[in-house]
Amino acid sequence: MVKNPAEGELIAGAARVLGDNVNTDDIIPGRYLNTTDPAELAGHLFEDFSPELSRALSPGEVIVAGDNFGCGSSREHAPIGLKARGVACVVAGSFARIFFRNAVNIGLPILECPGAAAACVPGEEAVVDTARGRVSFPGSGKTFEATPLPPFIRELIAAGGLIPYVASRIRAPERKPC
Amino acid sequence: MPTLAEKVLAAHAGVDRVRPGELIEARLDLLLANEVTAPLAAQEFAKTGAGRVFDHRRIAFLPDHFTPCSNIKAAAECRKMREFSRQQDLELYFEVGRCGIEHAFLPEQGLVRPGDLITGADSHTVTYGGVGAFATGVGSTDLAAGLATGTAWFRVPETLRFNFEGRPRRFAGGKDLILHCIGRIGVDGARYAAMEFGGGAVSDLSVEGRLTMCNMAVEAGGKAGLVQPDQKTWDYVGSRPDRNFGQRGRPLSRDDLRSDSDAGYAEVYDWDVSGLGPQVACPHLPSNVKPVEEVRGVRVDQVFIGSCTNGRYEDLALAAQVLRGHRAAPWTRLIVIPATPWIWRRAMAEGLFEIFLDAGAAIGPPSCGPCFGGSLGVLGPGERCVSTSNRNFVGRMGHASSEVYLAGPAVAAASAVCGEIAAPEDVAGPEPAGGGGAW
Repeated sequence: MVKNPAEGELIAGAARVLGDNVNTDDIIPGRYLNTTDPAELAGHLFEDFSPELSRALSPGEVIVAGDNFGCGSSREHAPIGLKARGVACVVAGSFARIFFRNAVNIGLPILECPGAAAACVPGEEAVVDTARGRVSFPGSGKTFEATPLPPFIRELIAAGGLIPYVASRIRAPERKPC
Repeated sequence: MPTLAEKVLAAHAGVDRVRPGELIEARLDLLLANEVTAPLAAQEFAKTGAGRVFDHRRIAFLPDHFTPCSNIKAAAECRKMREFSRQQDLELYFEVGRCGIEHAFLPEQGLVRPGDLITGADSHTVTYGGVGAFATGVGSTDLAAGLATGTAWFRVPETLRFNFEGRPRRFAGGKDLILHCIGRIGVDGARYAAMEFGGGAVSDLSVEGRLTMCNMAVEAGGKAGLVQPDQKTWDYVGSRPDRNFGQRGRPLSRDDLRSDSDAGYAEVYDWDVSGLGPQVACPHLPSNVKPVEEVRGVRVDQVFIGSCTNGRYEDLALAAQVLRGHRAAPWTRLIVIPATPWIWRRAMAEGLFEIFLDAGAAIGPPSCGPCFGGSLGVLGPGERCVSTSNRNFVGRMGHASSEVYLAGPAVAAASAVCGEIAAPEDVAGPEPAGGGGAW
C-alpha cells in the first residue's frame, strides 16, 4: 500500500474493472449532493450504476476504467466519496478534465493509462507506479505505459494537494487584535 | 496565430501569446458556485489561511440546485453558503426569490461579458461562451483556491472549430445544433478542448440559442464553448445593467475578440445543417442522438421544460407556440420551470403562463428542478421523461430504471401534447409558406 504516490511508492490492490464513460452521476447520484460528509458519500457510491458494485467496492481496490472516466458534473463529491471509501487509485484510459483536476486537488491518486482496462482481469492484482507512469498486472505479466503527470501536477500532489500548495504561497500574516 | 480562447487566456495570464499544452496561471474576472459546491469550497478556503476572499465583488454564489429547499440537509448546505457570503460581504450572493439558475441568471444580469475569464464550481459554467467569455467548470477545491488568490492554473486547450452552414428546419435551434454536434463527435470528442462554434447557422441564432449551444460543450468533454462576439452579442450585453468591476487581464478590444483568420485550430469541422430537423438524445448518453422522426411514438410519463440549457424566455416562447390551444396527454405530466425571476415575470406578463396552465402544466419557481434528480419532478421507477436539460445518464432525474430523452423546447412541448415523443409539426402543423427560421 502506498504512503505518498508523489515519492514513487507503488500502489497495489485488487482491480475493479469498469467500462467507458463512467459519469459522476454514476459515481454519486445527484440526490446525495445535499451532503458533503465524505463517509456518507462513500456509502452511496455507484448506488444506481450497479447495486452489486455499490455493496462490494472495498478499501484498497484499484479502479481500472475505460475512457472518459468521471465525465459530467463538476461534483467533487465523486472523488471525495471514492477516497473516503478507500479506493487506492483510479486508472483510466482517459479522464474527463474536471474529475482529473478534482482528484489531483484532493489527493486521490489517478493515472491515465490507455489499454489497461481492456487487458485487466477483474479482481487480479494491479500495481500502479504513478511517478514512473506505469501500470502492471503481475498475474498475467502485462505492463502498460501511462501518460506521465506534468511536473506542475506532481508538485501539487507533493505539496499535499491544491489547498496546502496555495496556503504555502499565501503565508497569511497573523492578525493581531488592535 | 491565436484562437479566441488563446487570446482570452493570454490576456489574463499577462503574456503576449499562449500555446496549446502550455500550463499558465491566469487572473479570473468572476468566480461562481451554488449550494452544492460552495459549502465545500468555503470549507477548503478556510484551510488556505487567506482569511478574506481576493475581491468580494467578483464572487457569485447562487442557491439554485435544491431551492426552495424541500429537506433539512439541503437547507443546511444553503445556510453554510449564506453564512460564508455574509462573512465575506459577497456582493453577488443572490437569495431564493431573487436568483435563478446561475447560468441563465448571470448573463441575463450583465454579470458576464465578452472576453471574461471565469471559473465556476459547476460544469455548465461553459455556458458563458455564448457571449464570448472563456468560462469553465471546476471543482470546489479549485474554486476555493481561486477565492483566495483570484487566479487559477490552466492547461491551454487546443481549439476545435465547428462551422455550421445552412438553414435548419423550423423548430430546430441551438439545442438541435449542439445535439447534432455531440452525436457526431461523441461524449469525449472534445475532451480538454475549447469548442468554437461558428458559421451561418450560429450567426443566425439569438444569443440565447448560443448560450444553449455552449452550455452543452461539456457534454462532449469540452473545457469551454465559445461563439465569437458579433453585433448581436454587443447588443445583448449592452442592454444589461453595468457591473461594478472590469476585466483583470490585458485590455481586449472588440477586434481582439475573434480568432485570427489563420488561427491554429486542432481540427475544423465543416457541417451543412440545411434542413436539419429537431434532434433527440436517447438514453443514456447525450451522444445517442437521433432525428426526432426516428423516436416518434415512444410513450412518455413526464415532460420537463426548463434548466440552464433551455429555461430561457425564448425557449418558453417556443414551447408555448407549440402548446397553444392544446392540452398535455392525460397520462403525461408537464412541468415548466422558468430559469430566472425575470423570465418568470415576462412569461407571466406576455401570456405564456395562460398557455401553459391551459395545457395542464405545473409551473415551478426558478430552480434546477428535476434536471439532476433534485426536486420538483423527480422520476419514479420505470418512468420516462422528455427533458430540455443536458444529461440523460442512468438515474439522472430520479430512479435508476427511469429514462431521459433530451430535446429542445418544441419537441418537448409536442411530446407533452401527444403523450409520446413527437415532432413539433405533429402538433403545430406544417410550415407556413415562406416560414422557417433558426430559433
